[in-house]
Amino acid sequence: MKILVCLKQVPAKDAPLKLDPQAAWIRDDVSYEVNEPDAFALETALRLKEAQGGEVVALTLGPARAAQVLREALAKGADRALHLEGADAHLLDPFAAAEAITRAIAGESFDLILTGLQSDDGGYGQTGVIVAELLGAPHATIIMHIEPAGEKRIRVKRELEGGNFQFVEMPTPAVLTIQSGINRLRYATLMGIKQAKNKPLARTTLEELGVSPSLNRQRLRRLFLPTKSKGTTLIPGTPKEQAAILLEHLRNDARVL
Amino acid sequence: MQPILVVTEQKITAPGKLNPASLEAVAAAQDLAQRLGAKVAAVLLEARDSGLAAELAARKLDRLYHLLHPALASYSPDVWVQSLVQLITHVQPSLVLLPHTYQVRDFAPQLATRMGAGLVTDVTAFHTDSGHAVFLRPMFQGKWSAEVEFASPSGAPGDLPGFVTLQIGAFRADQALAGDSPAPIEAVPVSPDPSRLAAGEIFQEAKQAVDLSQAPIIVSVGRGIKEPKNLDLIRELATALGAELAASRPICDAGWLPMDRQIGSSGQTVAPKLYLAIGISGAIQHLVGMKGSRTIVAINKDPEAPIFEVADYGVVGNLFEVVPALLAALKATP
Ligand SMILES: Cc1cc2nc3c(=O)[nH]c(=O)nc-3n(C[C@H](O)[C@H](O)[C@H](O)COP(=O)(O)OP(=O)(O)OC[C@H]3O[C@@H](n4cnc5c(N)ncnc54)[C@H](O)[C@@H]3O)c2cc1C
Ligand SMILES: Nc1ncnc2c1ncn2[C@@H]1O[C@H](COP(=O)(O)O)[C@@H](O)[C@H]1O
Repeated sequence: MKILVCLKQVPAKDAPLKLDPQAAWIRDDVSYEVNEPDAFALETALRLKEAQGGEVVALTLGPARAAQVLREALAKGADRALHLEGADAHLLDPFAAAEAITRAIAGESFDLILTGLQSDDGGYGQTGVIVAELLGAPHATIIMHIEPAGEKRIRVKRELEGGNFQFVEMPTPAVLTIQSGINRLRYATLMGIKQAKNKPLARTTLEELGVSPSLNRQRLRRLFLPTKSKGTTLIPGTPKEQAAILLEHLRNDARVL
Repeated sequence: MQPILVVTEQKITAPGKLNPASLEAVAAAQDLAQRLGAKVAAVLLEARDSGLAAELAARKLDRLYHLLHPALASYSPDVWVQSLVQLITHVQPSLVLLPHTYQVRDFAPQLATRMGAGLVTDVTAFHTDSGHAVFLRPMFQGKWSAEVEFASPSGAPGDLPGFVTLQIGAFRADQALAGDSPAPIEAVPVSPDPSRLAAGEIFQEAKQAVDLSQAPIIVSVGRGIKEPKNLDLIRELATALGAELAASRPICDAGWLPMDRQIGSSGQTVAPKLYLAIGISGAIQHLVGMKGSRTIVAINKDPEAPIFEVADYGVVGNLFEVVPALLAALKATP
């Protein structure tokens, strides 16, 4: 199976985010990591390749720093990587991002395209499904298991609300959006990191792809801190004082202890 | 102004019953329509008339579109998208509002793209500016809010509609207005091609062993706990409080606690008198499972963590200091 995995570089989970008023975006000087479900998508692809044979190609769309997620993917076992580079990639809406991805892979025929179910920064939950639509391929979302189901067919387990699941079968090529927790992630080995240096990492610019924010179908006007709607009582002091005050509140004000 | 169209959804495990998130979408559409000077229509997709259409038509709607086709017996994105494209081409709405359910996540990006239109997801609020809608949605895991608009806002016949999904719980189903008289029901014939996907039965994984919905106190732990061996600290607190132990999803995904202790949209929904969220950031998928709790305490080192937005009491601090202090205080004054 020839598998494409889309990996987005996003601010690290505990990175303190500050607004850049000029850019109407967050300041760039934070640490970054791979979007969590995308890491699971990569793991899924590597396991499928190990079981079936084939090729795993890692793709990212982002500025120069995003190449890091590709190097990590190569070190974990991806065969080659594609970097769609653009300094203003964060300004693309999910439609424009999907256009960029689709244009970049025109001429390649993947059996499976795996994305995460949503990005931690944009939180759109759209890119994978739009790629499927642009390719005319079937898709399924929030996937917790994938298995082959005969010649050019797969069977996947979709997660539904409230602990429900459903198996769905479809022909390949297909696009699947992967849920975090589908499997356990591997670490890159020293050997893998060494080998990664010799694996191909191709680079195309958004300009070459003809993709810019002018393709956007939605426009971000501004980012702001959400207004707190609930009157949260913040408890001051040292941990010891906080503990005493909290218990006091729970016993005498909320009366829940 | 062309109408606002609401796409309703039935309960996945009880077809013929409305998913209450549909009424949240109706309420949101009624509010938005009033501000924009538009009317609200809704659509119901089903294989045969379950009686739900009449129930929906009791709402204050300009019209209810009833799509009936045998292929609509069970959900498939292919069938839903084709059927809705046929309807939307007929109705030419200015906006299409959908609840942000798993099913909608599955087909709405495909539907909007097929129509050549944009989709704004997970919307929590809106206002209007110069006669068009501006939507608020979370970004960066709820740490920031974004104000978003369609690149080409529509309203006139022939314009592209804007597609919007509404965060579950952001609008109130009980505010969906009833109509003075039943809305006209228009049966719209659709002819979707056979689906490329073959879906099996909906099932639950092994039966849940614990029912947390009855627990009066729940101590819930998230990824702030760092390592499974640190869970003992939280267990100790739960014991001291006579509480049940629960967790956010990553803790259960990692196998540190069993799945049946997971709180949230893909786990259990609880409303105890006291819910302590320890080292949990407060992602919306977690909040929907616990925000009905009577008293919520959040312990988190990040003062910006969204969990503080639903907390009654917030302790900003390191859980590895705060929880031991809490245990000591509980021992000192039992
Ligand atoms: C379709 C879908 C369904 C989902 N269903 C669920 C669900 O049912 N339930 C669920 O919980 N999630 C669910 N999720 C995942 C959800 O989006 C979040 O990723 C998850 O809830 C995050 O868990 P967390 O808060 O434990 O981890 P994180 O978001 O990583 O937060 C950890 C928190 O711990 C704090 N912390 C770190 N160290 C310390 C310390 N020493 N002291 C104090 N605080 C500390 C950090 O500040 C941070 O706020 C779902 C996601 C999707 C997309
Ligand atoms: N800039 C990007 N680079 C690589 N993959 C992306 C990018 N944006 C989105 N994706 C993929 O699409 C998924 C859904 O993203 P989103 O639609 O932004 O929520 C992510 O989990 C990624 O797998």
